[in-house]
Amino acid sequence: MDFILLSILKTAIAAPVLLGTLAYLVWIERKVLAHVQLRMGPSRVGPHGLLQPIADAIKLLTKEDFIPSYVNHFYYWLAPWLALMFAVTAISVLPVGPVIELFGVKTNMGQADISIGLLLILGLTGMGVYGIALAGWSSNNKYSLLGGLRSSAQMVSYELPMALAIASPLLIVNSLNLREIVNGQAGYVFGIIPNWNAIGGLQIFSFLIYLICAFAETNRIPFDLPEAENELVSGYNTEYSSMKFAAFFMAEYANIITACSVATTLFLGGWHPIIPNELGGQFIPTLLCLFFAGVLFYHALNPARPSDRISMGVIGLVIAGLGVVFQVPVVKELAQPLFWFASKAGFLIFVFIWVRGTVPRFRYDQLMRFAWLVLFPAALLNLLFTAFVVAAKSN
Amino acid sequence: MDVILFTFFALVAIVGAVSLVLQKHPISSALSLVSVMVALAVLFLLLGAEFIAAAQLVVYSGAIMVLFVFVIMLLNAGAERESRKGGLAQFLGLPLTAILLVFASSVITQSMSNAKAVKFGAFAGGGPREVGWELFTRYLLPFEVTSILILIAIAGAVVLARKEID
Repeated sequence: MDFILLSILKTAIAAPVLLGTLAYLVWIERKVLAHVQLRMGPSRVGPHGLLQPIADAIKLLTKEDFIPSYVNHFYYWLAPWLALMFAVTAISVLPVGPVIELFGVKTNMGQADISIGLLLILGLTGMGVYGIALAGWSSNNKYSLLGGLRSSAQMVSYELPMALAIASPLLIVNSLNLREIVNGQAGYVFGIIPNWNAIGGLQIFSFLIYLICAFAETNRIPFDLPEAENELVSGYNTEYSSMKFAAFFMAEYANIITACSVATTLFLGGWHPIIPNELGGQFIPTLLCLFFAGVLFYHALNPARPSDRISMGVIGLVIAGLGVVFQVPVVKELAQPLFWFASKAGFLIFVFIWVRGTVPRFRYDQLMRFAWLVLFPAALLNLLFTAFVVAAKSN
Repeated sequence: MDVILFTFFALVAIVGAVSLVLQKHPISSALSLVSVMVALAVLFLLLGAEFIAAAQLVVYSGAIMVLFVFVIMLLNAGAERESRKGGLAQFLGLPLTAILLVFASSVITQSMSNAKAVKFGAFAGGGPREVGWELFTRYLLPFEVTSILILIAIAGAVVLARKEID
C-alpha cells in the first residue's frame, strides 16, 4: 500500500485513541487518587463516573473564554496550543509493536520509524517549555510569571540528568532508533529473566533517575512547583479558562504518556513479554483479563450498591471478551504487543498518580539542589560505570 | 515534494530572520530566532544530516533559546525604544547592505561555480554513528580543543557568578 495512505490510516487510528486516553486518564487519576485518600472519586455522571470526561469536555467547550485585560494577546493565544502541539507530536515516533503483516500489508506498529527517534522526542519535549514560559509571561500576572520562570528553570535543569540517564542504556543497545532499542532488549537471561535494560541490562539506576526527572519534566508532584497552588494560585495557567486551559491540561497528560512510553521503550523492553512466550507468556494477557473479570463478577453477585449488579457485570463481560481476543490467531499478533506496551506504560502512569497521592511537594531550593547535587552526579557516575562495562565486554 | 518543503522552510527561516531584526519586543525577537533555528533543523533534515538536525533542535531551540527567553522574562524587559538614527546610517545603511549582499553572492557563485545542485536524499552519512566516528578520528584534535575551551568558559562563569564571601 502507498506509504502516505498507510500513514494517514495509522494516524486516523492513533489520534482518537490518544485523545480518548487523555480524557480517561483524568478519570483514572481522580479515581486512583480518591482511593488512595479513602474517597469514592467521581461517581455521579454515569456508572462509576465513567461519563465524567465527556461532561468535563462539554463544560470546558461551552465555558466563556475569558481574556483578561492587559495580556499580550498574540502570545496569550499561542502558548496553550504550542504546549499541546509539541506534547502530542512527540508521541508519533513511539513504536508500540513489532513489524507485522496484516491482510498482506507489511507495516510497523507505530507511526514514524526514524533513525533519530529518541533525539526527536527529546527535542520536541524540550520545545514544550516555550508554551508554559510564554503563558506565564503573556498573562501579565506575577503568579503566572513566577510559575513560567520556575518551569523553565526546572525543565532545563532536569533535562541534563535525564539525558545522561538515557545515554547509558543507549551505550548498551547502540542505536537511537526506538525500534532497534526495543529489539536490542529481546531475549531472556538464563531463559527466564527478561533482558530489559532496567532488569537484565542492570540499568536500574538510570531507570530510576529517568523516572525522577520525568516527574520534574512533566511538572508533577513532588516537583510541581510551576503550579504550586498554595504559593502561586495555579501558576502559569492562572489566567486561562475554557479550551485554552484544557489545552494545557491535555498537554500535561500527553507529556506523562510520552514520558512513560519512552521509559517503557528504553528500560522495560517495549512490547516484549515479561516471561518467554514458550513458557506461557502469551497466556498472561488472557489470564489477567479473566482474573479481573472474575473479580468484577464477584462484585456483581455481591453488590455494594444496587446499580453494581448491572454495571460490574457488563464491564466484567467486556474484559472477559477482551481476554478471548488475545488468543484469536490473526488479531493475536496485533493485540499481544499492544497489551504488553500498554500495560507497562500504564503501570508507570499508575506510579505517577500513586506518587501524587503519597509524596509531598519539594521546596524550590530543595528541588534545584536535588537536581544538581544528587541526580546529576549520580547519572554521571552511572554513565561512566556503564561505559567501562561496555568497553570491557567489547574487548 | 523536497523542493516544496525546501522553499517553505527556507522562506520561514528568512522571514524569521527579518522579523528578528524588525521586532520591537525582545521576546518576539527571541521567538523569531527560535523559528529560524527550527526551520534550519528541517533544512538539515532534508539534506540527510539527521544528527545535526536533532542537535539543532535539542541544543539551540530546546536549551539555549529557552535560557534567552528565561533571562528576558526574568528581567521583564519591555519594548525597545527607537534609537535616534545617526545621519550617516540614515543615508548609507541601505546602499551598504545592498553592496554587501551583491559582494557575498558573487563570492559564493564564483567559489562554487562548478558545484551541482543538491539532490535531496543523496547524502546518507549524517547519522549519529557517522558523525561520532568522524568526530573521534579525523577531527579529534579540534574536538578536544573545543572541549577545553568550553571548560575554561564554565570556570569563568563560575568565578564571575560566585558571590563574594566575607
